[in-house]
Amino acid sequence: MTRQDVVITGIGLVTALGEGPEAHWDALSAGTAPVVDNGTYAPWPVHPLPPLTLDRQIPKKGDQRQMEPWQRLGTYAAGLAIDDANARGLVEDMHLIVAAGGGERDLALDEQVNAELAEANDGARLNEMLATGLRPTLFLAQLSNLLAGNISIVHGVTGSSRTFMGEESAAADALRIAHARLAEGRGGIALVGGAMTAQRWDLLLLYRGEDGLWQGPHKPLSEREQPGMILGGMAGFLVLETAGHARARGARVLARLDGVASNAARRGAPGEAAASARSLLPRVAPDGVDAVISGATGTPGAWEEEQAFLREVAAPVRRPGSLIGHGVEGAFPAHVALAALALHRGGFYAPMDPADAPMDPEDAPGRILVTGFGQWRGEALAALSRPDSV
Amino acid sequence: MRDHLGRPLVAVTGIGAVTSLGFGVAESWSRLLAGQSGIRRITRFPTDHLRTTIAGCVDLPEEHGEPFTSPVRVEHMAAFVIEEAISEAGIGGKGGFPGPLFVGMPPVEVEWPARFDLARKGHDPSYAAMTATAAGRHDIYETYLYGGVGERLAARFGTRGAPISLTTACATGASAIQLGVEAIQRGEADACIALGADGSVHAEALIRFSLLSALSTRNDAPEKASRPFEKSRDGFVMAEGAAALVLENYDTAKARGARIIGLVSGAGERADNFHRTRSNPDGRAIVGAMKNALADAGLEPGEISYVNGHGTGTPENDKMENFGMRAVFGENAPPISSNKSMIGHTLSAAGALEAAFSLLAIRDQRLPPTINHDEPDPSVTLDVVPNVARDATVRHVLSNSFGFGGQNVCLVLSAEPT
Repeated sequence: MTRQDVVITGIGLVTALGEGPEAHWDALSAGTAPVVDNGTYAPWPVHPLPPLTLDRQIPKKGDQRQMEPWQRLGTYAAGLAIDDANARGLVEDMHLIVAAGGGERDLALDEQVNAELAEANDGARLNEMLATGLRPTLFLAQLSNLLAGNISIVHGVTGSSRTFMGEESAAADALRIAHARLAEGRGGIALVGGAMTAQRWDLLLLYRGEDGLWQGPHKPLSEREQPGMILGGMAGFLVLETAGHARARGARVLARLDGVASNAARRGAPGEAAASARSLLPRVAPDGVDAVISGATGTPGAWEEEQAFLREVAAPVRRPGSLIGHGVEGAFPAHVALAALALHRGGFYAPMDPADAPMDPEDAPGRILVTGFGQWRGEALAALSRPDSV
Repeated sequence: MRDHLGRPLVAVTGIGAVTSLGFGVAESWSRLLAGQSGIRRITRFPTDHLRTTIAGCVDLPEEHGEPFTSPVRVEHMAAFVIEEAISEAGIGGKGGFPGPLFVGMPPVEVEWPARFDLARKGHDPSYAAMTATAAGRHDIYETYLYGGVGERLAARFGTRGAPISLTTACATGASAIQLGVEAIQRGEADACIALGADGSVHAEALIRFSLLSALSTRNDAPEKASRPFEKSRDGFVMAEGAAALVLENYDTAKARGARIIGLVSGAGERADNFHRTRSNPDGRAIVGAMKNALADAGLEPGEISYVNGHGTGTPENDKMENFGMRAVFGENAPPISSNKSMIGHTLSAAGALEAAFSLLAIRDQRLPPTINHDEPDPSVTLDVVPNVARDATVRHVLSNSFGFGGQNVCLVLSAEPT
């Protein structure tokens, strides 16, 4: 089987800094301050989502009502990517891989049940409260695969539909599999990405269990006295095509996706995750890279491992986590979108974290590495190249 | 050997299964062929105020006291079926499987016991207080993390690379197999484990499906409740279970002297954009998935000996599946039967269990029945292998999986090439 080049022809990007390529390029190439909500979930800061004009991507109110914020965000960003690729007419045979967590719970109902039953051990009453309290449509808004389902319904993407679960790794493997399938000729065009909303207690509760959340007002990653994540609502979706498919329809190519590789070290001893990433590097960038977009989450352990790996890569690093927070399933595709955007614009970003070394703005990278060190498990790398070298 | 598209053949060399009919392939399969039902009254938790009080529960021998939460049940069942499948395949050393892991499983979320525990300890029912109290609760974090089950299984069986956990609703098990098949076809691996597991029978899940009017409420006769393709069917019956396949490159499997159970010779998918829980009445997506699977296997419709149907027993699914079958196979449709009539709808596990039983139908040249077929539905015109298993010449089987969210995946299972 002849392997085909895979290119990125559209990005759908939403973070606390705004939506779309222009907003992100303008803010991040010039340098910007983070948008943070330190108060609502104190002592845990979050990067809130920007206001979205949902009607532009999800025109039917009925569709909007069937979703909660997480699915709306992902469906919205998927539409941005399709538009950016000018691929509205190609959705019928477009393949889809989504990295997903789960949808929002009914927090008020949960707290009401807790208040009455936490001490009671009354299963019958629990049934009664849930049977009368749960909204019929909420289940579909919670199901992981219904982000993909809504993308099919709202945007008409029907080539195929797969949903990967498993935090950061799910997103990296979604991109890896989408890339591999196109490269071997399974379809010409695919949509891949993920989304996460940070403004939800049910997720903060989960991640708090690992003591992995930064507490106190926002600080950039490298200045946190103890490692910890600050969650940031974000979505990243990418339209991938074989180079031939893109060329045949005259599509604008943002970047070539050279390769994606993933692994999962057991992380039983220091150095394992760094070694795992090191073993992936020759598979995606055998000739080295000019710059790095780091997926640093800030979680204990993963931070030190990635720092060790990055010292060996010896290229200028940008750490979006310091400005937009950590977006779990949304992070890796959002970072790949940022890499594609920089390659397309022929420049790079201003330092995002005090540890990011300055770079001559004229010194545009030709190849960018995107790293992912999962908060608990999972190491992943993607390499992208400038389109004129395609 | 290569297939008609020049890809390596993908063999199945090991199968593991657990259902409400029993632990292990042999017990589940023999009871399926005997037409027995695993559907019972739920005893694991109180069922007061529930519209449906029956299910195909898998209660684990190691489960004492408080019932397991869903991810724990999934992990236990998954480990059981992987162990059985690896043991049959006779591949790899202990804790050292030579390939990747694909885990089809349901979504995970923090469940009531954890919330109650946090609320009790913090003396405050609010999320803010529970979050504060969750400090240091690595048990909650690792249990309910989406990647937790896959990582622990990967560590235990020593699979290679990052495990992939996935969900495509009721097509999940089939999607997991499809991912494994693709990995072997593209030469990423010579062997892998693909599984589907589901352990979601708890009150909140039953209520959620009930609110969608998806479940049978025939509570007074549990074993008669799952009635795929039958006139009085009134919904599916939730069930638990798991199946794992060891998939291998046919040539490397033969070279190591493995016994070949059968092949996964094709896979096809097509998403539907009509509705969140219903198929487009034009049937395009389910017809497309079946046709794509046949094309992927390089087969004509007439070469399919038997169809292992999705056959949930909801009025809607069975009508659409009949319609899709006629569109693909015309007047000469092969027999179709539904394992769900006996083991219920095992959701994320269904695609994997039904692929496993399709392979066993090929191995034993015997079709499992659709039980509870008392009065035919005039709108279902297919041979549904009513009530009693039957001998048949079985060379290629199409296994259908259709799910909420417009997920449609079909697999073709075939006999070893002669």
